[in-house]
Amino acid sequence: MSNNFVTRTWNWIDNRIGFSDYIVPLMVHLVPDNARWWYIFGSATLCAFIVQVFTGVCLAMSYVPGGEETYQSLKYITDTAPLGSILRGMHYYGASAMVMMAVIHMVQVYMHATYKYPREMNWMSGVVLLFVVLGMAFTGQLLRWDANGVWSVTVAAEMAGRTPIIGPTLAHFILGGETVGGSTITRFFAMHVFIMPALIFAGIGLHMLLIMRHGISEMPDVNDPVDPETYKEAYEKRIHKTGVPFWPDAMWRDMIFSTLIVGVILGCSIFLGPPALDPPPNPSSINANPLPDWYFLWYFAVLSLLPPQLETWVILGVPTIGFIVLFFLPLISNKGHRAPSKRPWAGGTVIFGFVAFLVLTIYGYKKPWSPDFGVKELPASVVGTDHGPLAEGAKLMHIKGCLYCHDIGGYGGHRGPELTEIGKLLTRDDLIIRINNGGHNMPAFASSISDSELQLVVDFLLTRGVEKEPENPKSTTP
Amino acid sequence: MSDQQPPTPTDQPCCQLKRRTFLTRVSVILGAIIGFMIALPGIGYVLAPIFRKPKHKWRTVGKLDDFKVGGFVLVQYEDPSPVIWAGVTAKAGAWIRRASETEFIAFSINCRHLGCPVRWVDDPKLFMCPCHGGVYYEDGTVAAGPPPEPLYKLNVRIREGLVEIETEPTPLTLTTLT
Ligand code: FES
Repeated sequence: MSNNFVTRTWNWIDNRIGFSDYIVPLMVHLVPDNARWWYIFGSATLCAFIVQVFTGVCLAMSYVPGGEETYQSLKYITDTAPLGSILRGMHYYGASAMVMMAVIHMVQVYMHATYKYPREMNWMSGVVLLFVVLGMAFTGQLLRWDANGVWSVTVAAEMAGRTPIIGPTLAHFILGGETVGGSTITRFFAMHVFIMPALIFAGIGLHMLLIMRHGISEMPDVNDPVDPETYKEAYEKRIHKTGVPFWPDAMWRDMIFSTLIVGVILGCSIFLGPPALDPPPNPSSINANPLPDWYFLWYFAVLSLLPPQLETWVILGVPTIGFIVLFFLPLISNKGHRAPSKRPWAGGTVIFGFVAFLVLTIYGYKKPWSPDFGVKELPASVVGTDHGPLAEGAKLMHIKGCLYCHDIGGYGGHRGPELTEIGKLLTRDDLIIRINNGGHNMPAFASSISDSELQLVVDFLLTRGVEKEPENPKSTTP
Repeated sequence: MSDQQPPTPTDQPCCQLKRRTFLTRVSVILGAIIGFMIALPGIGYVLAPIFRKPKHKWRTVGKLDDFKVGGFVLVQYEDPSPVIWAGVTAKAGAWIRRASETEFIAFSINCRHLGCPVRWVDDPKLFMCPCHGGVYYEDGTVAAGPPPEPLYKLNVRIREGLVEIETEPTPLTLTTLT
């Protein structure tokens, strides 16, 4: 009786909404049986997006987009609200997962050349989605409205300001005025919470529609390059012969992988917690160490390593050309071989891109180009003594900021050359000239160091890497 | 019902086509008008801050006697036009130095490379940037690193025993097309 009632109720609803007519055919549409585990990344990206939407909506219940209170609300979410820390963590790791999955999905599609006829627009819509996802990642980092957020906005505005002609307009649009302030965060909130998610929803809708229209592609076949004249017909024939229904024959793999992804997101947020908040968003505070989230560290490294004359071109060119090349890729080559073995350049590009990303990210973390403001004084074990002129010279190395940029025996920054062995390499005169005049990216110290101080520093440096003599002779004057 | 009525002159293929073309055009035009009516106020609202140039204001940063002749000190003051909810985000910072009894020099804290906050390090008498290694001398000129321009100088004046700084927008390093 009750079963009957449930069936009748469902039939009534189904009749009105058309679930069996519209949704079921989509779910059981035929997909190639040979793709197997390759296609799990697209659905995992979608799953991460669902995590983001849900946790984002929950966070928005307590997040206050506006000036100082934003920081307070973030502290409340992290420290006080029940489960707030986990939720913030899930949103953070969910963002990482979404960026990662979107990129892996894209690499897979690129390697299998699935973007070729007739799926050019699938790829193009995916490229737009990827850029919006990166936009979400960036604006999301700023919504963590602490010192890092404030300075990241400033850097973004400065970068936009480099655009010819419209630069200042763009920069002021980003800041919501001429300086970072109360209007900045509300702007990014609107973009992150309304505009970009709406674009992603629309993009996913289109992406799905195109998948249904052209079908899931098969694994590349070395003997069967894409010929737009015959492809569609042959695909239809094959899929009706060997295809399997998406639900459940193919989808179970997506479900397993997505379970894993959500499990990792949840696990990270429980065991690692959300990223710590920096000091409050005070644009007049200099105690900030602005660093982008991991997915943009490579770009941060590029900006630091480039010669200045190329910089503006790269700041503006990398995103623009990156988008144009990716977006129009299928229009440049939409037929021919799909198999990676026949497209060595594709494999090379991916490997090169991955290695470059890895190396630059490591550089970004290490920041060897930045002065190390936190460096400690040289210990006696490195100096060789704890008193006398040598020790004074070593102390001056710290006081005068030399150690911010130069490493001696494992102590100091990496902006300039290491000085552990400098006594072997340069003469007294070389050192004096270099310290007084600077050069090769080193400031001139002539006006900020006295003769006697210079003497002590040079005497100290001349002992670096040189065998220690039993008794230190009196320092000679230049 | 209406389908079964005898065709009227306007339903003739020729006139029907004209009528349809007309109605299509009217609908498209009305759609555009609706779009404009919805979007224009919003776009204006969003873009307004770009065109609203807040007047520069003089902000007091301390008493004259508080500043000793010597190195730079960090001062904080309020933006020229803070919104009511801005709180701590309405602050701006500057490095200021009393060069002599009557002379002050002030720089915006923004690095001229990409805007990070530079730090004054007193002993080597240098400004250093934590982001990409920009370094500036005491007079604001570039000593090392990627900054293409010297630190941005701010106007300072002394009024009735108080030191005042003139507010400025965040200094942008622009690209000039040559
Ligand atoms: S922002 Fe100062 S060196 Fe780049």
